[in-house]
This record gives sequence, C-alpha cells and structure tokens, in this order.
Amino acid sequence: MTRFITATIAAITLAGAAGAADLKICVEGAYPPFSETATDGSVVGFDIDIANALCSDMGKECEMLKTDWDGIIPALLERKCDAIIASMSITEDRKQVIDFSAKYYNTPGRFVGKDGMTEADLEGKVVGVQRGTIHQNFMEGEFPGIELKLYGSQDEVYLDLVAGRIDAAMADSIAILDGFINTDAGEGFAFFGGSYSIPKYHGDGAGIGVRQSDTDLRDAFTQSITNIRESGEYETINSKYFEFDIYGG
Amino acid sequence: MRFDLVFANWELFAGGVWMTMQLTVLSVLIGFCIALPCGIIRARGIKYANGLVNAYVYVFRGTPLLVQLYLIYYGLAQFDFVKDSFLWPVLREAWWCALITLSLNSGAYATEIIRGALQTTPKGEEEAATALGLTRFKVYALVLLPSALRRALPQYGNEVVFMLHGSAVASIITLQDILGAGRTLNAKFYVAYEGFITAAILYICLTFMLVGLFRLAEGRFLRHLRIDAGDRISPKAIAMR
Repeated sequence: MTRFITATIAAITLAGAAGAADLKICVEGAYPPFSETATDGSVVGFDIDIANALCSDMGKECEMLKTDWDGIIPALLERKCDAIIASMSITEDRKQVIDFSAKYYNTPGRFVGKDGMTEADLEGKVVGVQRGTIHQNFMEGEFPGIELKLYGSQDEVYLDLVAGRIDAAMADSIAILDGFINTDAGEGFAFFGGSYSIPKYHGDGAGIGVRQSDTDLRDAFTQSITNIRESGEYETINSKYFEFDIYGG
Repeated sequence: MRFDLVFANWELFAGGVWMTMQLTVLSVLIGFCIALPCGIIRARGIKYANGLVNAYVYVFRGTPLLVQLYLIYYGLAQFDFVKDSFLWPVLREAWWCALITLSLNSGAYATEIIRGALQTTPKGEEEAATALGLTRFKVYALVLLPSALRRALPQYGNEVVFMLHGSAVASIITLQDILGAGRTLNAKFYVAYEGFITAAILYICLTFMLVGLFRLAEGRFLRHLRIDAGDRISPKAIAMR
C-alpha cells in the first residue's frame, strides 16, 4: 500500500515537472477575440499569438496557464506564473502591485447596447462591466449615478446583455466589436456614445504584467514588443484578427 | 497585510452578510414548504406522485448546486419563450434566480430528511393515533409530523449550514453576498488574502450562530429523548418511546 502511494505521488510529481517551461504565462480565455477558449479547451486569440511571438523572439519556451481574471494578479504574485498577457491595461493602481512592460496595444472603451440607444438614455438603466477592470473604475468615476452590475468575465456580460438583464455594457471597443457585435449573439446591438481613453482610468494601453522584482523580464518583453513590431510579425498577427492596426498612437 | 481596506469597506461586507442571510433563511423556509408534502409523498409511496417527487429529488441531489444555478440563470435566459413569459420579471433578477435555485436544492435534500424521519417513526404511534379515531390528516398533523420533525432536527441543522455555505454560489451571478464582497475587495485592491479571510470569518460566525440556534431547539424539542444521568432505560426501550 505504502509503495502504491509513493508511486502515485512520484507519478504526479513527475507529470508536473514534465510540463515545466522557461516561462509560465497567465492568460484569461474569456475575452474574445484577444483571448478565448476553443472547443478543445485550449486558449486562443490575439493575446496568445502575441505571447507566443514574444516568447520565440526571446528564445524562451512558454506555457500558457488559463487563469480567471479575478485571480490573475494574485497568481502572478504567488509565482503560479511569471507574466500576465491578458489585455491588462497599465494603470497606476495596478502599478502599485505589479510592474508592466511597454504597451502592446491601446484601444478605447465604448458602450454597447440595443441598436439606437444613446448616452442620454442611460439614466436609470443598468450597465454591466467586468469586475476589477478599468471600465468599472471609469463607470464609477464618470457615471456615478448609474447602476452597475459586476461580472467575473466579459462573456458573462454579453450573456446578460442578450438576456436583457442589463441595458448596456462598457468595455474595450475592439473586444466588443469582435467578441460580440460581429457575432450572431450581437445581432441588433451597436456601439453608442463616445470613445473613451482617459489616462486617469484607462491607463496607457495594455501591457505585459510582471512581478516588480523581475525588471529584466519586464525590459525583455518591452524589447521584444519593439522587435516584433519591426519584424512585421505583429502586423501579421494583427491582420489575422483586426482590419486596422490596434497598436495605437 | 492591508486589513485597513477591509474596515474601510465594511459596508460592502455588512451588505454581504445581509444578502447571505436573506438567501439562506428564505431558501431554507421555502425549501421546507416544498419538502413537507414531498417528504410525506415519499414516505407513503403515493402512486404517481411518488415517481414525480423521486425524479425531482434525484435531479437536484444528483447535480452540483453551481450547475443548477447556471442552468436557471444563464440557461433559461437563452429561450425567447421564457423571456416573453410572465415569469421573466422574476427570472430577470439575479436575486430571484439564486433564491429559486437554493430553495429547490434545499427542498430536495430536506425531502429525504423528512422521509427518513417519517419512516423511522415507530409503527405504534400511527396505530395508536388511528385507534383513537383520528382522521388521516390529524394523524399526520398531530402525531406523526411533530414526532418526525423533532427527530429530524439534528439533520436539518446540517442542511441549513449546508445552505449557508451553498449560498456562496450567488456571488457568481453578480450578487454581492459575503463571498461577493471578498471578491470585489480582491478585484479592486488585489488583496486576496484579506478579502477572503474576512469572508471566511464571517461565514464561520454565521455557522456557529446557526449551530447554536439548532442546539437550543434540540434541547427544547428533543428533551423527551434525552438520556438523563441515572435513567436506567435500555437502548431498546428508548427506541420504543
């Protein structure tokens, strides 16, 4: 019996060790088209392609670790992964806890709702946002009177928007466009209101999160972002998902 | 450690405690109302009805609470006929979806508790009551149920604690219960430990309150079954009581 237990423990430990890569990257998997879970359970999307391109540029072997948004910063701090590539915006709040590479894209936030809705209609309505995002902070800061519903993932926001439990959602414009409006579920829904990119809330675009002690890794990512921009690899990935350059000014 | 953030956001947790208590107490009460008739049907093995109740109990005890909540909250919302029906104003609200799911779940478990208690009631109690000329309804209302429900108390206490802990799934469908408060604190300030340990402590406090209440109730309602010091009754005699 004891031998059996020892063997089992050894097998589990070995299985764990076999998957050890140079770098473990936390990705999300519920934020299309940047990151979504494919039918076979693997995570695909712009973030993942960028992650792979950056890893091969740095000459490292990377393993993608699917992590819930709520737990993604704790996972980095607890060393379950070494970097976050999950469309995470570079904000002052987050910089208190983790460090960021330079941005790898920058797109504004927008409202989405039933076709024909305007910002003036928002009074007394319910808006859904993903919990702990720049969009939550933006809504609380700029639209304090409007009832907010907080969701664990962006996919759940869309589900409730279609169900009619919320009247509108605030999120990244590209995420809304390709993850929702351009899909079957998004029929009859459209953007409304302005394009918001206020540094106080929205930060300086999406960057790669690393632990504050890992300055070398941070600089390596920043360098690799420049490299893949120059080599044209970024453009190849970009055009796979979007019709225009989302790197931003 | 940033427990100052917990204190600065105490209203978040106070609201969470209130939400959790609402969901737990109401779902246990509604669950009991479901379980009472269902338990009797199961114990008596009433034709047809027994099969129906059996199916309900089977489904709700056989699937995880989280799956039930997803089906009722996200699943039902997918059908247009549900969204067009008179039920939608209720099913639209996350709170109602959570309450319905928890009540049905609690009802299924409680049905089995009540069935068990009824079936272990000594035959003599029913025979004595019938011999006194009581109607079938009165036999249940005055004799069998008071006796069975008392003996079900300890198990029912377990079920209520289970519901308290089960209600934590409500935080997944946007409700700000105790766990929801912890998650919000974590999402806003990235303090996983402080937020969740506070939630855990609050759950423990509520659990002990419930356990205490049930102990009081057991002391009162099960007094006749207690073995006092010096009482020389054989275990068999106790079972006969």
